[in-house]
Amino acid sequence: MSAPESAVPVLELAHVKKDFPLRRRLEEVVRGSHGSVRAVDDVSIQLRRGEILGLVGESGCGKTTLGRIVMRLTAPTSGRMLMDGQEVMQTGEETQIAWRRSVQMIFQDPYASLNPRFRIWDVLEEPLLIHRVGASRAERAQVIETVMEKVKMVPVRDYLDRYPHMLSGGQRQRIATARALILSPRVIVADEPVSMIDLSTRAEILHMMKAVQQEMELSLLYITHDISTARYFAHRIAVMYLGRIVEIGPADQVIETPRHPYTRALIQAVCEPVPGRVQRLKELPIRGEIPSAAAIPRGCRFHPRCVFARPECADLTEPELEPAGPDHFAACRRLKEI
Amino acid sequence: MPAPLLAVRDLQLHYFTSKGVVHAVDGVSFEIAAGETLGLVGESGCGKTSCATALLNIPAPPGRIAGGSILLDGAEIIGMSDRELRRSVRWSRISMVFQGAMNSLTPVYTVRALMAETCREHAGRERLDNARIEQLMRQYIGLVGLPAHVLDRYPHELSGGMKQRVVIAIALFLEPRLVIMDEPTTALDVVVQAQILNLIKELRLRLKLSYLFITHDLATEAEVADRIMVMYAGKAAETGTNEQIFGERGPSHPYTRMLLDATPRLHASTYSADSGPAGSHGPRELTFIPGAPPDLLDPPRGCRFAARCPFAKQKCRSEEPPMAVLEDGHHTACWKAVKDAEYERS
Repeated sequence: MSAPESAVPVLELAHVKKDFPLRRRLEEVVRGSHGSVRAVDDVSIQLRRGEILGLVGESGCGKTTLGRIVMRLTAPTSGRMLMDGQEVMQTGEETQIAWRRSVQMIFQDPYASLNPRFRIWDVLEEPLLIHRVGASRAERAQVIETVMEKVKMVPVRDYLDRYPHMLSGGQRQRIATARALILSPRVIVADEPVSMIDLSTRAEILHMMKAVQQEMELSLLYITHDISTARYFAHRIAVMYLGRIVEIGPADQVIETPRHPYTRALIQAVCEPVPGRVQRLKELPIRGEIPSAAAIPRGCRFHPRCVFARPECADLTEPELEPAGPDHFAACRRLKEI
Repeated sequence: MPAPLLAVRDLQLHYFTSKGVVHAVDGVSFEIAAGETLGLVGESGCGKTSCATALLNIPAPPGRIAGGSILLDGAEIIGMSDRELRRSVRWSRISMVFQGAMNSLTPVYTVRALMAETCREHAGRERLDNARIEQLMRQYIGLVGLPAHVLDRYPHELSGGMKQRVVIAIALFLEPRLVIMDEPTTALDVVVQAQILNLIKELRLRLKLSYLFITHDLATEAEVADRIMVMYAGKAAETGTNEQIFGERGPSHPYTRMLLDATPRLHASTYSADSGPAGSHGPRELTFIPGAPPDLLDPPRGCRFAARCPFAKQKCRSEEPPMAVLEDGHHTACWKAVKDAEYERS
């Protein structure tokens, strides 16, 4: 899938870092020492107009923290964020509220993200009231109707008076999408939007989101642990490992010709519905388990698990993203050899 | 042919709720041979877990086994008292890895205490002395790829993958012959998932185990199951070998077909021949199954899948299709697949 090109990205993160303090023992408090976990470590990414960027990684890799930084639910420790080339990092409630109009979020759990005591009408009217959109109830009804049609919850009247518990998981995720769309944002952060939806209807939700995304020329950050849905859904895929982007490129290229050893292992680990695999074990070109973000290995942070690692991978500094193909980058010292 | 390890006939498990009776497992039959893995697959709510809990007679309240027969080594276990089941079936002959068990390990128990508790409850037949128990614990913790000092650890000190290994060790160390695996890899990260799947396959060969492997994901079944049974709305829709379901000819029941088409494929080499528009290298569009499974409080007449099936005709809505044999080992409950004359005419 080709990504739409455009000169100025809608959203750009530059050298963003996020540290979380560790809980300190008494002696550490006395000594004044501070331990911390670096959840996001020097991430620079661009979200282009009208593109879906898949952010893929295992739990604890920092992908959700990165999404929260984009949402400005979490302030980064350092780094810059630009929208349409304009700096947006300044704090203050007013800019926060304005930010919400242009950046919205779809959460993972549609059973927890909708207020159970709100009818669907209330769920969708609330953002309009907060942001003073629509002077009268009739005007708001008009906006709500339009957005419900976009997410294919029709006939609209059948749903507005229902409560979330009366809807299926898929229908709830449509409502969550409608709520994210209702202020006509430019960017949507979708954090595992289909991981709790049954496999049989997952594609239905993804198709709906993609149709809306294209129609409204939205930029969408699709955060997921599932590289196989990212392939169907995203234009570009960024692979994150222990707080860093280790590979980024067009979805097809990242899947078909992955360049970073970690991406290769992730792809290798995916099960496929094909016969003849029961009798043999899967070859996994990766060692052990993901280390704690509180003890990030020096050198290349992937080297203890990497099957291609050489002594220099531990000794030299962390590798930076380098060109690995058209619009394709990977951060590996041995990029040219492997 | 030797008798199968497990033979289930016309199993019925109902939930007697205040709103009425939910027919969660409604006449399901299957067999598992010694050393065989049967995959049980279907959407959430189709009765997979209910089916598994019936085998140990531990349905979640208000569920009860309402009929059928479960022969373990040729002997009926339905009707056994709870005490008998606990002493002679649960864990010593059939054990289970529950869905999400790794997150339900008692946090104040060490792994050793967790395993010892299991032993006290179930190793009734031949009372094991402490030295033997310790030896079994060490042996099985080693078999699942963990060092012995894990026995002294608390669950919160272990990673997700390690906890799942502990859960598997607990399921195995009283040396059952059949292990029910209920979504054993679902909550894990993809690399850990693959590691655990490898472990499960390796243990099966080493210990000559049989598995009932439950998951909603056909791709996982392709990796582990010799045979696959697809359930829909409390009934078996199709049963076939790995090759019959995932091979070139593919499944025969429209539900299985649609479920397979909704399963993502990552590698170009695994796209089937009919995938994608001509000349494209991309994957075929991911499809979905419109609608939702029926309400099992009041299941529809006829085929339960008819409301969502693109091939449904009059006959499907009025008469329930019987389980028919397509070829050796391949069974399907579909009027279209068996080329029923009345179906074809309508």
